[in-house]
Amino acid sequence: MGRRVLLIEDEPNIIEAISFILSRDGWTVHTHSDGETAAARVRKDMPEVLILDVMLPGRSGFDILRELREDKVTNALPIMMLTARGQTKDRELAEKLGVTAFMTKPFSNKDVLSKVRALADA
Amino acid sequence: MLSFNILITVALGYVVLLFGVAFYAERRAAQGHTGWLRSSLIYTLSLSVYCTAWTFYGAVGYAARSGLEFLTIYLGPTLVMIGWWLILRKLVRIGRSQRITSIADLISSRFGKSNTLGVIVTVLAVIGTTPYIALQLQSVTLSFSVFAGDSGPWTAQDLSGTALWVAVGLAAFTVLFGTRTLDSNERHHGVVMAIAVEAIVKLFALVAVGVFVVWGIASGPTDILARIDASPIAEWQVNGGRWVGLTFLSAAAFLCLPRMFQVLVVENADEQHVATAGWAFPLYLAVMSLFVIPIAVVGLDLMPAGSNPDLFVLTLPLSQGANGLATLSFLGGFSSATSMVIVAALALATMVSNHVVMPLWLGLRPQGATVSGDVRRVVILARRISIAAVLALGWLYYRMSGGGTALAAIGLISFCGVAQVLPALLGGIFWRGATRFGAAGGLLTGFAVWAYALFLPSFGAGGVMSEALLAQGPFGIGWLRPQALFGIEGLDPVVHAVLWSMLLNTSVFCVGSVLSFPSPVERLQGAQIVNVFEHSSGPRGWSRGTPAAEDLLVMVQRILGSRQAQTVFEQEANRQELSGYLPEITPDFLERLERELAGSVGAATAHAMISQILGGAAVSVEDLIAVADETAQMMEYSSRLEAQSVELTRTARQLRDANDKLTALSIQKDGFLSQISHELRTPMTSIRSFSELLRDDDVSDVERQKFAGIMHDEAIRLTRLLDDLLDLSVLENGQVHLNLQDGNLRDIIDRALVASKQDASLKVVRAPDHERELLHTDLDRLGQVFINLVANAQKYCDADRPTLEIAVSRSEPDVFVDFIDNGTGIPRKHQAVIFEKFSRLSDQAAAGGAGLGLAICREIMERLGGSVTYLPGKGGAAFRVVLPRAQALAAQ
Repeated sequence: MGRRVLLIEDEPNIIEAISFILSRDGWTVHTHSDGETAAARVRKDMPEVLILDVMLPGRSGFDILRELREDKVTNALPIMMLTARGQTKDRELAEKLGVTAFMTKPFSNKDVLSKVRALADA
Repeated sequence: MLSFNILITVALGYVVLLFGVAFYAERRAAQGHTGWLRSSLIYTLSLSVYCTAWTFYGAVGYAARSGLEFLTIYLGPTLVMIGWWLILRKLVRIGRSQRITSIADLISSRFGKSNTLGVIVTVLAVIGTTPYIALQLQSVTLSFSVFAGDSGPWTAQDLSGTALWVAVGLAAFTVLFGTRTLDSNERHHGVVMAIAVEAIVKLFALVAVGVFVVWGIASGPTDILARIDASPIAEWQVNGGRWVGLTFLSAAAFLCLPRMFQVLVVENADEQHVATAGWAFPLYLAVMSLFVIPIAVVGLDLMPAGSNPDLFVLTLPLSQGANGLATLSFLGGFSSATSMVIVAALALATMVSNHVVMPLWLGLRPQGATVSGDVRRVVILARRISIAAVLALGWLYYRMSGGGTALAAIGLISFCGVAQVLPALLGGIFWRGATRFGAAGGLLTGFAVWAYALFLPSFGAGGVMSEALLAQGPFGIGWLRPQALFGIEGLDPVVHAVLWSMLLNTSVFCVGSVLSFPSPVERLQGAQIVNVFEHSSGPRGWSRGTPAAEDLLVMVQRILGSRQAQTVFEQEANRQELSGYLPEITPDFLERLERELAGSVGAATAHAMISQILGGAAVSVEDLIAVADETAQMMEYSSRLEAQSVELTRTARQLRDANDKLTALSIQKDGFLSQISHELRTPMTSIRSFSELLRDDDVSDVERQKFAGIMHDEAIRLTRLLDDLLDLSVLENGQVHLNLQDGNLRDIIDRALVASKQDASLKVVRAPDHERELLHTDLDRLGQVFINLVANAQKYCDADRPTLEIAVSRSEPDVFVDFIDNGTGIPRKHQAVIFEKFSRLSDQAAAGGAGLGLAICREIMERLGGSVTYLPGKGGAAFRVVLPRAQALAAQ
């Protein structure tokens, strides 16, 4: 079984696109659309890389990030935040909370793939 | 037998001596050497005006008739001096701080400067004192008659001419030394000095007679004791009621007698003297009473039966041929009588002129007195006339009463009369609740009872009161008999009168005070007097030297601050070429200080403060009122400032609110832009990602088809979003152009259902009969609202078989169109926000919109003049559209 990535995202078409890109590269892609239960899903799956949206139903990606970084089980997990909110203050907040990589939508498929690979190998 | 002419010469010589002493004292005082003139010794001796001819002659007569009972007359004052000296101290302090001139003045001041009360007390005092003055004149006349007697020395002769001359002489003395100047403190150095001399003379005379009787006639104390045992005096029974009653009476009189108030309070120079007098005066009284019983006993033994025991003090030495001693004794009695008359006349004249003559004179003048010199002359004249009038009254009383009654009886009647002031006096200085009404009521009641039960009956049956009245009461009402009021019989007349007059007086005073309300001035004066120790300075005396300067500095420091105060004082000291920083307190300096203080605390307060420090005098009511005025002005000013400050605070709050609003708007704008950015980026993300994938080689045709489809959908979504945004923007800015047309509600609903119904999954329930409503509005915009609501039901209704009911109802003049689905509805907490922009409740996947639909609906309905609201309590999601009223009416 290949390398595992967990994608937390609520927009079906974006899930479709990222899943396609990563699966084609040999990754096993799990997806999750609900913010409230996202952190529990991360702890259960323990993927190699986590891709996290910000605007999620139920709970913001920033809150999920904070919780994961405060938990010693997940505090070293490579997390890439992928968001349509690309303002500087959002990036600063994410970095302050301990994000591993920050990428704004729309993205280039190539950048997403290389970033996920880099996070998994680091 | 002593020559009558020699006696006259001695008496005249004595009078000249008294004039000399008084004149000398006045001169020394005028030169500023008050020194020993104002010592506690002189003060104590001046109190001896209590011992009148009644005490000098009458005590022996009293003892001869009633045994030891005469002691009650000394017991009362002794108890007051020893036990109640705190009351005396308070009276003295009040007298000084309020510049009290008489007991009438005190009562009047205490109860709000009521002249009515002043007049009542004055009248009471005059009526109570006149018999007493008559008594003194009688005693002098009697004593003269003893020496002049051709028809036997032991009966009185008609020497009324003598009484007249004595009265005139005393009036002259009192006028001369009592009204020489108009001192605001009413102190009379000459008079007090003469009285002190007389006090010594009468004590010395009585002791001399006593010593002569004990060792000259009898053979020492043992013999006297044996004679006492053998005399009827030893058999007198002590009547408890009378003892208590008389002791109380003499104590009350000691405080209330106008002449006692004059020497105790008005002439007092120093509070400390009260403490000295507290033991010294009882001692004086004890010595005065020491030989009373021996003289009485020996007199009863030696003098023929029927001789007047009131004159034993004179007749005993005479009968033994001791003419010199008899002369001394005569001088003692003369001293007792004259000192009482002088002080009483002085005190009464002050009261009469201040409370009766002056108010009348001022009232009769067409304009108020403005020239001070003018008033001064009038006051002095009024005093002099009053003195003459008081003595004339005494003489008249003496002439008319015929001098028959025993001396002691007149004394007690008089005591009882003036004692009526006691409740108002004590109540006034200890009870703040005491009022003018209560005081006047108590005084008049007590006075009436006294007159009815004691004074009028004292003229004897058939005198003023008829025998029948005395025996059966007025109109035969038994319980109103003057000497057996309310059926209390068998009491001694004096005790009876004291009991009822004081009881009723005090009751009326208390009840009247409780039931009435004091005026503001009364309240102020009451507080000043009852709390005199808090309001006035301590026993500092009247010196204006260094202590006052230091006090002033302390006070000024408090107001101006220590540095500035010291500068002011130092400058003045330098100007006066003194070292240090304490200058002499000169009037100039005081004026400067007052001006300095006035700058800080206002003129009235400054004046009040300085006069309080300097005089030890309390602030007058006028001062207080002025202070209150200034305070009121300051309060008004401060309340104006406060109003301005409130205004400023309000403005500041409005500014803050506006700022908050702007900030909130700015945040909203930021939030809105960020939302738009997000909403635009999301479809763009899909489009970019899939377009990149389409270019890749390893994508199957099926996948290409699918990706292209997704890109198409997202592009449409993007367009719709932009359309919505523009639409909303136009609506919000009010730039929308309304295309008003006539139409039917049912047609609009039909079209909306057609436009929004993409599939048949939603069942729509209608009642077309109710939809007949002619409208004149923008039909397309209204249709847009309906389409939105139907689309929402399609998107969000989570029932198994989604149903939408469209119901039209009317509540004149409104028409409602309700859209109710059968889903779970919108939670209460979200109902308030669903009309806001981007307020999507569920996730984007299910919604497929940007959350602008309801915001647009609300804007449209507002433009059209109607509204759209969430309708809670319908089970599922329910929206009510209120149709535009104006248009609806216009269509009819």
